[in-house]
Formats: sequence, structure tokens, C-alpha cells
Amino acid sequence: MPSDVNHVVEFPGGYTRSVGPVIGRFLSELRDGRMVGVRTSGGRVLVPPTEYDPDTGDDVTGEFVEVGPVGTVTTWSWVAHPAKEHPFDRPFAWVLVRPDGADTALVHALDAGVFDAGAEAPKFLKTGMRVRPKWRAERTGTIGDIECFLPEVTMINPQAKLEFRLSGGRALHRYLEGIAQGRILGSRCPVCEAVIVPMKETCPRDGVPTTEEVELPDVGTLTTYAVNNIPDPRAPEVPFVSGYVLLDGAGVPLLTLIAGVPADQVRMGMRVKAAWKPREEWSPSVGNIKWFEPVDEPDVPFDEIKDYL
Amino acid sequence: MREVAVVAFTQSEHSGEDQGVLETEILAPVIGEIKERTGLTRFGFTCSGSCDYLQGAPFAFVSALDTVGAWPPISESHVEMDGAWALYEAWVKLLIGEVDTALVYGFGKSTQNDIRAIFTQQHDPYYLAPLGVDHVSLAAMQARAYMEKSGAKDEDMRAIAARSRAAGRGNPFALDLPDPADDAGFDIAPLRPHDIAPLTDGAAAIVLAAGDTARELCERPAWITGIDHRVEPHSPGARDLTRSESTRIAGEKAGAAGVEVAELHAQFSHEELILREALGLGDDAAVNPSGGALAANPLMASGLIRIGEAAARIHDGTASRTLGHASSGPCLQQNLVCVMSGEK
Repeated sequence: MPSDVNHVVEFPGGYTRSVGPVIGRFLSELRDGRMVGVRTSGGRVLVPPTEYDPDTGDDVTGEFVEVGPVGTVTTWSWVAHPAKEHPFDRPFAWVLVRPDGADTALVHALDAGVFDAGAEAPKFLKTGMRVRPKWRAERTGTIGDIECFLPEVTMINPQAKLEFRLSGGRALHRYLEGIAQGRILGSRCPVCEAVIVPMKETCPRDGVPTTEEVELPDVGTLTTYAVNNIPDPRAPEVPFVSGYVLLDGAGVPLLTLIAGVPADQVRMGMRVKAAWKPREEWSPSVGNIKWFEPVDEPDVPFDEIKDYL
Repeated sequence: MREVAVVAFTQSEHSGEDQGVLETEILAPVIGEIKERTGLTRFGFTCSGSCDYLQGAPFAFVSALDTVGAWPPISESHVEMDGAWALYEAWVKLLIGEVDTALVYGFGKSTQNDIRAIFTQQHDPYYLAPLGVDHVSLAAMQARAYMEKSGAKDEDMRAIAARSRAAGRGNPFALDLPDPADDAGFDIAPLRPHDIAPLTDGAAAIVLAAGDTARELCERPAWITGIDHRVEPHSPGARDLTRSESTRIAGEKAGAAGVEVAELHAQFSHEELILREALGLGDDAAVNPSGGALAANPLMASGLIRIGEAAARIHDGTASRTLGHASSGPCLQQNLVCVMSGEK
């Protein structure tokens, strides 16, 4: 198409057409927000209706049948760059839709959502998908009274949010006091003698109150880990590694992030050290430790950590 | 029944860009050449195929008669569609026995307009045109329906486009189009740019003659042994888009079985697959040795060219039974099959 248009053919104000009783009935029903087909003498229901049976050429019966509004996509095409004549100025699909109760299909547009120009068709678009018309609020009796078709609702995404006022309890309070000063505190069980970190009031193994507060170094051994490929608010860049670190002297490992090393070079038994935020940013929060990162020490043999997985 | 043959075929060197010439200026040398080739300056009947919408002017086809020379007044007719259907009308006229020769031509320019917008307006005015749905969008729906049913893949489509374009590069009248790009994106998915016939300006002419006149005008006339055209419902939703029943019936009536060469008016890659099935063409039939419509598609002449190319294979003695096919309307709505033979 040359860019300089110098000749235009049009009917100013449109071209008036009579539609007759069959097409007229269909368009009138559309204006009322209904889709109807016409029955042939052979019993088939034609949508959109024609005055004749396309199989035989015979006149159709006068029987109109309400169809749809839900229908099945029998085939479709995807317009990544709409033309100015098209019903959308953003990517959309053309569909052939066979409304429930009809034996033929209707051409219309399908709004598959908002996509940038040039986008490829979304994966959910498929022959066989179920769609229903989106009716225009102001209808005048044209095929455009159906603004477009929309996919049937198959999923919802309800938002949920609850608010709380929690306190961490005595042991956690004490633990965070330590963290605020750059100290990692644990508590020793009088029965099994394991040091539990973060500190707890009760030994989860023996069910007895812990008795002794123990300060632990911020150095330990990675016992096991996971490589995460789904971003998390605390680790927005993927892949990131989360792992269990057994601090030297501790009896239970601590769940933390592992950084400062490419994900594919993380090892069980790797020696790691806490990376603290700058001191002026410390608060009573576990976030004071950003993550653990490798230190230049030989790995710990598996046998020594096998009981802490 | 009278014997009728294609005795001459000429066409323009088609162009994918506007050459700054009018339709009649494209057509005139083509008519001049066929007059010279046959030695005829007057014909018993003249029939043309064109579409006024391509020029945006009413009765645009009338000015093309200047190229024929319509004085003293000639017997003339016109179809508002591909010249293949003008050929059908002329064939009927010759069969009736009123005349011994007929000039048929078709022409069209696609570079001066927006073909998709024009074809949108040629759809039915109640259900399709108001949606703004164009013929490529509808063809893409047919392509998907066919691919999903038959299992045909993107590569099968690409192979058709590659073969057509390569053949077109060897045809001095077709466009010079490169092999399909490896990274070709979609036009209207699932169609890629190479799956869609190129915009083309061009014209073509054929002379038909009956009986002994044909033998005098041509050393080896391409006798029309069968010709038939069939139409399906306009609404694409009232049809099985995965096959072409109209082509199947027309092929059966025209006696398509066993042709050596088939020139198919496939304007989209998948249409060739549908047409091959409908005509029962095996691997032994050479399909579109000219490059077909995917290599040059001057609208309103392209179907006539398929018949001309198929006839030319008989004229030059390289084949003895060939087929020309023409199509019209959205998603292969209407199909014409013309079977020709070198022996009568």
C-alpha cells in the first residue's frame, strides 16, 4: 500500500441495506443480548443464520433457536499487528466459534488480554476452548453488538491479607537482643547438651526447659541447600541458594541464604561465615545477617554433618 | 461436442512494486503479443476478468478494452473475478458454436491499494465485513484447522514456499523472491510472510480456438478435455475448512486424475496441501513448476495464468496431460479446474 493516499472510495454515512426476516431476526436478537440460529428442514441450526440451507439450497424453516451464549472455538488465527480495519488496536485472535446448540460457526474476534504489539499468541489459546460473548452496553443490531468473545472463566485469583500483632516470646526476644549487638545466641539442653539456635525455652527433642545461654561464633558448615529459581521478596534475583548452616558448637542447623558463590559451586560441607549488614544498620532483626558466604577453609567431610541434615 | 483448445498464452513480467504504469499499460503489450503470436487481430468473442475495487473506480474494466480495439463493435463480456472464469464463459461460447476464436484476459494491480481492506469489503456485509476480518486472517484460521487435523507442520508449509519461490526465480515472469528466512516471524499466525502470496501487478491473456482453427493456430493445441467450477457457502463457519469439497467435485468432473503437471492457484502454503488432497495428486504430478501464486499473484490474472502455464507445458511438448486451477473467495470458497491434453 503506497503511503500517499490520493483517491478514496466511500459511501458517506454508510450504505443502507435491508436485511430481510432471517438476518433481521438474528440482528434484532443480538440487540437484545441474545444469539439465535435458524433451523433447516434437515434439523440443523445455522449460526449466523442464512435464508437458505447451505447444504441443499432449500429455504430454512421459520424456527429460530436460542444458542450459546457459550461456544467452542473450532479454529483461530492470531493477529500480532492489527490493521486499522480490525476491531482491536492491540494483538487479538480471530476465532470461529460454534455456539452451544448450533451446527455451524460464527467468525468473531477474541480478546485474549492485553499484549504488546507483535506479541505471540498466549499458550492458553486453543482450538476447543470455551468462550462467551462480551456484549456491548449500547447495542444497535449489528454483528458488532458482540464486542468480542472472551474465554470462559476457568481460574480466579482472590487476594488474601490478614493483619496481626505478634510478639516473639521470651526466647526470641532475647535472641534478637543478641543479634542487635552482633551476637548469635543459643540455649543448651540439660539432657542432650545440644545447643539450640536460635535459642529456645524448651529443647524440642527432650521437652525440658533449656538452662544455659551460649554465644556461638558466626562461622559454620553448610549441611544441605537448595537452588531456588522462583524469585522471593528477600532474594529477588534468581537463582538464589537457601541452606542449613551448622554453626560451630551448635546442635541444630540454622536456615539462611547462601551468597558470594555461584549457585552451581555450592557444596555440602562448605565452610561459611555470616555476612553482616553495616553495624549502623543493625536492629533487633534476623535481617542483620544478610546471608552466609564461603570462607577459605577445607570442606567438612560428610560423616561429620550427616546427622544434621 | 466441439473441441476447444488453448492455442496461445502470454503474460507480463510481473512486478511486486508499482512501476508507475496503469492497468491498461500493463495489459496492452500482453494483448499485442498474443495478437502477434496468433496472427489474429479480431476475435469471435472477447472476455475479461478484473476487479473494479482494485482501482477504486466503477467500470474500470471498460478502459481495458482500449487495448483490444473495440471498433467496429466487438462481442464482449466481463466477469468481476479472476480471468479463469472469463475463460470458462468463452469456452461455453465456443462450445455453442457461435464463434471459432476467443480472447480472454485478466489483469490487476495490488500495489496501489490495501488488498486486505478491499477483500474485507468483499465479504458478506452482514456478518463478516463489519467485523473488519480480512482474507489473510480467515486463511490463517483455515491453515490452523488444516494443520491440527492433518498433522502438517510449519516445516511442511515452509517447504512449499521454498519450492515455489525457487521455481519462481527460474520463471522470467514471476517475482524474484528469496528463500524463506530461517527467523521469519508470523504475519497472522500460523501464517508466516512466505506462506502468503506476494502483492503483484500483472496481466495475462489466452486465446481459445475450436476445431480446425485451433490446429491452424497452434502446432500442439492444449485441448480442454474437462473444465468445471464449484462454489461452497460463503460463510467459513458453515464449511469444513480442512478440505476443499468444491475442488474435489470440480476435479472429478473435469477428469483431474493422472495429470502430469498441476498449476494450482494456492495463495497460501496450506492451500496447496488442501488442493493436492482434493485433486488426488500424487508425488508423480509436478505441482506449480512456474512457482505458482506464492511466486507471483497478479490478482484477477493469477488463476488464468495457472491455466496458461499448464497449457504451455503441452504447447512445448513437455507434458501431455496438465491441469490448471483457479480459486476465488475466502478460504478457497470457489474453485475451477481445467484439464488439458495434447492428444485429442
